[in-house]
Amino acid sequence: MKGERRLASLMLAPAVLWVLVFFVLPFAGMVALSFARLQGRTVEQGFYAENYARFWSDPAIFKGLIVSLEITATVTIISLLLAYPLAWIIAMRVPERWQRLALLLAVLPFWTSYVVRSYSWLLVLGQKGVINNALIGAGLIAEPLTLSASRTGTVIGFVHFFVMLLTLTIYANLRQLPPNYARAAADLGASRWQTFAHVILPLTLPGIITGAFLTFVLCIGDYITPQILGGGNELTLPQIIMMQMGRQGNFPMAAALSVVLMGTVILAYLACARWLRLDRI
Amino acid sequence: MTAPVSLRRVTQVYGNQTALHGIDLEIAAGEYIVLLGPSGCGKTTLLNIIGGFAAPTAGDVLIGARSMAGVAPKDRPTTTVFQDYALFPHMSLADNVAFGLRMRGVAAAARRAKAMEMLEMVGLAAMADRRPHALSGGQRQRVALARALAVEPDVLLLDEPLGALDLKLRRQMQDELKAIQRRIGTTFVHVTHDQEEAMAIADRIVVMNAGRIAQAAPAREVYLHPASLFVAEFMGEVNKIPLTNGHSPLGPLHPGQFSQKTGTLCIRPEAIGTSGPLTLGPARITDLAFFGTHIRAHMAPLAAPDLTLIVHLPQGAQATPGDEITLFARDAVLVADRP
Amino acid sequence: MKILAPLYMAALYAFIFLPVIVLVVFSFQDGRLPVPPLKGVTLKWYADVLSDRALLSALWNSLLVAIVSSAIALTLGFLAAVALARTILPGSALIRGLLIAPMTVSYLIIALGLMNLWRDLGLSVSLWATGIGHVVINLPLCFAILYAAMGDQQRSAERAARDLGASEPRVLWHVTAPMLLPSLLAAFFLSVTFSWDEFIIAFLLTRFDVTLPVEIWSLLKSGLSPKTNAVGALVFLVSVAAVIILELTVFRKRRA
Repeated sequence: MKGERRLASLMLAPAVLWVLVFFVLPFAGMVALSFARLQGRTVEQGFYAENYARFWSDPAIFKGLIVSLEITATVTIISLLLAYPLAWIIAMRVPERWQRLALLLAVLPFWTSYVVRSYSWLLVLGQKGVINNALIGAGLIAEPLTLSASRTGTVIGFVHFFVMLLTLTIYANLRQLPPNYARAAADLGASRWQTFAHVILPLTLPGIITGAFLTFVLCIGDYITPQILGGGNELTLPQIIMMQMGRQGNFPMAAALSVVLMGTVILAYLACARWLRLDRI
Repeated sequence: MTAPVSLRRVTQVYGNQTALHGIDLEIAAGEYIVLLGPSGCGKTTLLNIIGGFAAPTAGDVLIGARSMAGVAPKDRPTTTVFQDYALFPHMSLADNVAFGLRMRGVAAAARRAKAMEMLEMVGLAAMADRRPHALSGGQRQRVALARALAVEPDVLLLDEPLGALDLKLRRQMQDELKAIQRRIGTTFVHVTHDQEEAMAIADRIVVMNAGRIAQAAPAREVYLHPASLFVAEFMGEVNKIPLTNGHSPLGPLHPGQFSQKTGTLCIRPEAIGTSGPLTLGPARITDLAFFGTHIRAHMAPLAAPDLTLIVHLPQGAQATPGDEITLFARDAVLVADRP
Repeated sequence: MKILAPLYMAALYAFIFLPVIVLVVFSFQDGRLPVPPLKGVTLKWYADVLSDRALLSALWNSLLVAIVSSAIALTLGFLAAVALARTILPGSALIRGLLIAPMTVSYLIIALGLMNLWRDLGLSVSLWATGIGHVVINLPLCFAILYAAMGDQQRSAERAARDLGASEPRVLWHVTAPMLLPSLLAAFFLSVTFSWDEFIIAFLLTRFDVTLPVEIWSLLKSGLSPKTNAVGALVFLVSVAAVIILELTVFRKRRA
């Protein structure tokens, strides 16, 4: 027994050390840095709350959090509403032998480079892009629509990515349901809609929440998509963090905003912890 | 509350495999029918067709003289106890049992009362607000039964309902199932591969083999007068003595009721002993084992030492390997097919 | 109802594929701008990409960092998953939580943390730092996949191997790893894809030896160009080929 434990500890050590040194330690360092302040161009260590105070009082910065939350909420809801029916159709209506192919196709653009994916949407949504071109060509509009360089662009870019991700997770969830649940409900007189509302939906809720949480985490921390498709009229929190760091060289402020971002994610985690199954993705 | 079921030439074909070959069966209202057979014999397919989970390739199912063609499971007067019970894990026992009534638009108070009544019947009223995961296998089985009966179906379908239970619990549940069926009078169609279970509960056993009905009769009839070698073997251990024009490896059999007959003579081990109308001749004990209610002996007839007969000797018999005994048999049945 | 489902499916597939199709089509654009109208078909942008030194070295860097960091993440994740699955240790729930934790944190935060650490230690950022960051993001993934794949069957096979005299490393090598092979491959492949495609860590933790996404990003800054389409199309092609090969080999076998 003792030897077994020592061996297990030895096998665990590298992974635990890696996470401690390269994840926990830097994060702790960042929390410490968030309480430092910038004097001229040098960082003065200490315990100052002024970064957080500025986050709270500077509308330009605080609005970043609001914008991020609004975009993330919109994206999560739209993606779920679009992905659930697709996953459902693939799991329940597509013949068994074609399901894997249907799923593979549904997530194929997942494998385009992440930077390139946002860029391609620029080609579709831009002033001279495919959609405006087609609409003007068809005589439906006279002036190009503002699709990219706006929140609409950011949301579309995000939704595209997360519809694929959520289709995958929800499909897996639907397939894990023993088919007899739906049969039992039908047997007892439930219509299709009743079976869905009373049995399928409640049973897939943990999967939905897990997918939604994943969407939330990835979406709220993303820099590229709003940077490419958002147009810069309104900035998300990650964009502001990068700006603080890059143009202004204000590392303590960037650290404080990162802590705020992290805190938001933790709050979201606590809100849905009851249903989350992160070790079962 | 109860209805007769009539199967007319029910055929099921999957690709190039025929799962059911034109099944004809009349089930009386209030009858307890057990579909018995090895896996792959078509019994579950047949149950699914009655429940509406599969549409037959050809043929028709009538329940209470109404054709079920094109009628969805939810609109049929049948409910099912599933093999894995399929209890909804996110609902309490009472909500599970009340589910069917809720789908029929019964008011909350009324369906709660009915659910409690059903749970009372299966002895689980005290646990009404628990979730299914807190239950043992036997308790889940009872809830599944209560849920299926709560909507007062004409016909209850049971798909290997006792398969997941241990032996002792299974025997107990068999008695309970039969008692409940007697009380409510609903037609039960029960699928199993366990012949003892079938004999314990069925009014009539329908033995199935390779998509056909091999025999449909009460337990005593199926056991004592099997219609074929398959039925004889499936219902329990049996000695098979080949007959060709009245000749067997044991020599001529007395009396001569089997003279000139060809086929296989089936004799149960407990039907062989030191007395009986049919003489099998002397045999030597080669092996013995004490089984509690009897002694199971392997015996080699002197006339045909290669043929091993299995014989149940009385519990108190004084026997040792090497002993010679002259054997007699009763209830011998001749079936046409050969092993 | 019958027609609604196929219609919905078609609409969503169109949405999902629209940008990819536009990307690929205009990578052949015989003109300066990758937007309609399509003026003609040319392969010159592909030739441009394949002769671009900076892009090719970025591609090489990406491959290197993806494979090395995934191999490390897989090894560490495998050892940890085996240890936690077979032995009951004090605080194992806590350790599990710790190993999964980076999964719930934005890459941006991981990148900033490592950047600060590197600055505090006086190190200059490099491809190595990026690789370390990629192990941090992929370790939870590998651990979670392998931990979930481990079952009772695993444990009894390991016990049997030990009973037959296999030493611990040989048990891992001859029994545990082969039994987990599909999951190991899946975890490795997913890690490679994530690392290969990762932007923000690579952006903040490299200076000269940049990876492909970072190089593409700097291409973007000079505006729309069919050359960017060509790079994107090539990356897509390679990834899809890898997915198909994996699907036809690993996952087909697993189902059989």
